[in-house]
Amino acid sequence: MSPSSATLTPSSRPRTATRSRRPRRSRDLWLGVTGVLIVLAGAETLSRTGIVNPDFLPPVTEMYASLFEMLGEGWFWEALWLTVRGWAIGLAAAMALGIVVGFVIGSSAFLRKFTNSTIEFLRPIPSVALIPLVILIFGTQPQSAFVLVVYAAFWQVLVQVLYGVADVDPVARDTARSYHFGPIRIARSVVYPTALPYIMTAFRLGAAVALILEITAELVIGVDGLGRELGVAQSSGAVPETYALVIVIGFIGVAVNLLVRLIERKALWWHPSVRSEQS
Amino acid sequence: MTITTLLSGRTAKAPEAPATDIALDLRNVQKTYDTPGRPEVEAIRNLDFRINRGELVCVVGPSGAGKTTLLRSIAGLLDLTAGEVVLDGNAVTGPPDGMAVVFQEYGRSLFPWMTVRQNIELPLKEKGVPKSERKAKVERALEEVSLTEAADQHPWQLSGGMQQRVAIARAVAFEPTVLLMDEPFAAVDAQTRAELEDLVRSLWQHLGVTVLFVTHDIDEAVYLGERVIVLSNRPTVLMEDVDVDLPAERDQLTTRSDARFGELRGHVYSLIQKAKAGHRPDEDQEA
Amino acid sequence: MTRYFKQAGYALGLPVILLTGWWVASAGSTNPFWPPLSTILEAFPTTWTMDRIVGDVLPSLARLGIGFGIAVVLGIVLGTAIGLSPTLRALSEPVLEFFRAVPPPVLVPIIALFAGYTGWLGKIITIALGCLWPILLNTVEGVRGLDPTLTDTAKSYRLSPWRRLVFVILPGASPRIFTGARQSLSIGVILMVISELFGANRGLGAAIVQFQRTFAIPQMWTGVILLGVIGVLLAMLFRLAENRMLAWYVGQRQIERGA
Repeated sequence: MSPSSATLTPSSRPRTATRSRRPRRSRDLWLGVTGVLIVLAGAETLSRTGIVNPDFLPPVTEMYASLFEMLGEGWFWEALWLTVRGWAIGLAAAMALGIVVGFVIGSSAFLRKFTNSTIEFLRPIPSVALIPLVILIFGTQPQSAFVLVVYAAFWQVLVQVLYGVADVDPVARDTARSYHFGPIRIARSVVYPTALPYIMTAFRLGAAVALILEITAELVIGVDGLGRELGVAQSSGAVPETYALVIVIGFIGVAVNLLVRLIERKALWWHPSVRSEQS
Repeated sequence: MTITTLLSGRTAKAPEAPATDIALDLRNVQKTYDTPGRPEVEAIRNLDFRINRGELVCVVGPSGAGKTTLLRSIAGLLDLTAGEVVLDGNAVTGPPDGMAVVFQEYGRSLFPWMTVRQNIELPLKEKGVPKSERKAKVERALEEVSLTEAADQHPWQLSGGMQQRVAIARAVAFEPTVLLMDEPFAAVDAQTRAELEDLVRSLWQHLGVTVLFVTHDIDEAVYLGERVIVLSNRPTVLMEDVDVDLPAERDQLTTRSDARFGELRGHVYSLIQKAKAGHRPDEDQEA
Repeated sequence: MTRYFKQAGYALGLPVILLTGWWVASAGSTNPFWPPLSTILEAFPTTWTMDRIVGDVLPSLARLGIGFGIAVVLGIVLGTAIGLSPTLRALSEPVLEFFRAVPPPVLVPIIALFAGYTGWLGKIITIALGCLWPILLNTVEGVRGLDPTLTDTAKSYRLSPWRRLVFVILPGASPRIFTGARQSLSIGVILMVISELFGANRGLGAAIVQFQRTFAIPQMWTGVILLGVIGVLLAMLFRLAENRMLAWYVGQRQIERGA
């Protein structure tokens, strides 16, 4: 909200509005970098001075040294690929299933009421409860991870899609019907745009949950992937490698978040919530 | 006590003992928005006027005249570039004691997690008013705005007009020296607006509060005020301080069809038109 | 009266159909992984005796409660501080974004290094750390997103910083805080189970895994079902608490939506 606009609305906050965006953005950037440096330096000091046992917390420099070493090794990239692949396939399946089921249930009042109690009951069931089952049936094969990922992500997607379908403005839908739009055209021009922000939210929540479950499956069950390597590193006492893997997995999480935000922005550039965020 | 009062020999006044009739004093107030990387925007060039205790003064001006900037500066929510606002003898540097503000967005100024009663009570709690006295003040305020039955509801359960009445009740219960109102009825329908205008006048007469009422509605300003301060466009200066010599007893029907009302209204209207066209008294004087 | 029957019908219809289907489909099953539902249900009383409930289930829930509680307090305190200070926020944003993106189970090997998983400490720390991020970040967003008119009103009535915090900022941010707490609760349950798969001897998750390893399949199923039921009950409890504390918010949204 620039002060040079014709009217100052009462809700504008002149104190902050007087700071232009460019200096503030770069100031925030510098502060952010400083924050990261503080944490890294702090961890390094704690370790090197022995305040925290270096067997448990090796110096940050050692962690990163180990990380760079890992980057040159074949097993690392193989494991990375397997993790990402498991995540992506599980997420895609959960999205597809969730969107289809969500649209079908959401478009019928009867189905919505009929399935409501079941959904509310099944949804909070922790996916980790399935771990023993899945171990029995699939062992350490990727299908174990697939089941866990899909189960957990599906509910996130389904709930959001149901919200989205329910949120369709009745006025918009009535208008469409009064112009004799067929059901498919209504779905495309009224339901879909309303539901799209919810589908993006579903994608965001589902992606995060899918990653958590994929790593869990690898760590706990032993499905091949970075999670499994992490478990192995820790139990064999390779402490810097353990941290290095944790850092890598963290960055994967960050990458997933950024990717999701990017896609959201592209798909929803027209939506007021995204537009106001950017203003 | 400011440097200016020291130098001018005026005695410092204790906040509790108003020895002067001037409730609010704007002295050469100036506000410039200085954004790095952008040209300076002079919102208010010079405003200098006084409001006496117990007066009801309205402020009108063309859009963009800086009415809200002015109000926020008086309320201590905005720093001035130059000049000062003196409330009851004390310079205003932050939200001052003894001032209550009624904002235009009544819905967003009431706390939705509290009932009407709790909303009105909160500033009194902060002021340190003892419990029994608090309850009495809240009840009286509710009666003044005719909302006693709605006391235990939540603001969002009420209509827009009722919500604004809650905001007014909250300000009134606070017993401020000066009551600031920032276009409070702009977002309310015309019928409700008429009721609320009468409510403000009756509260003002019963309780003897000093009121500064900012509005864009010329009719409203003339109907309500004893004086109407007309602002120029940006950078704002005073166009004219119009004296409203209508009788003290006013009502929507007769007053508004009164001949004098029409004259005053026409005068203010033409001032505003001149202001919109860029006519400025300070340039006039230089010419 | 008929309305209640109708509601009950909707609520129970599908579950009854599914359960009956499960019962029938598994009735004569000889597959070791899918015992008949009747066998599973019979195994309940013998598996989950009072001794086991006190010795396994309650400690797990207790650890979850303590860890979650720590995360809530820490998250709200830190989140409010960061939310109110633009400087703190800019400083901490990249760091928080990174820690938030780390999948919580990954904490387990790290904490295993420090505290081990044989006692309560490691498990509680894991749950607390994992639950911290959603609450902290949502509190920051909740505090930031407060309507400036509300904070202006609070300032213009000269409310003390303490009053502003307790009566304006925290209540105003509470819808977002609850959203964060809900996410944290599901993460907490996941971590409660996972933390027991690493070297614990007593606990709900540990018991289930024990059953699985010793091929006590019907018992394992009872554990899985019990875990599911506990998840559902916790969610219900949470929603009850949320509805009570956010009654004003629900009412406000309803009216806004109807308008």
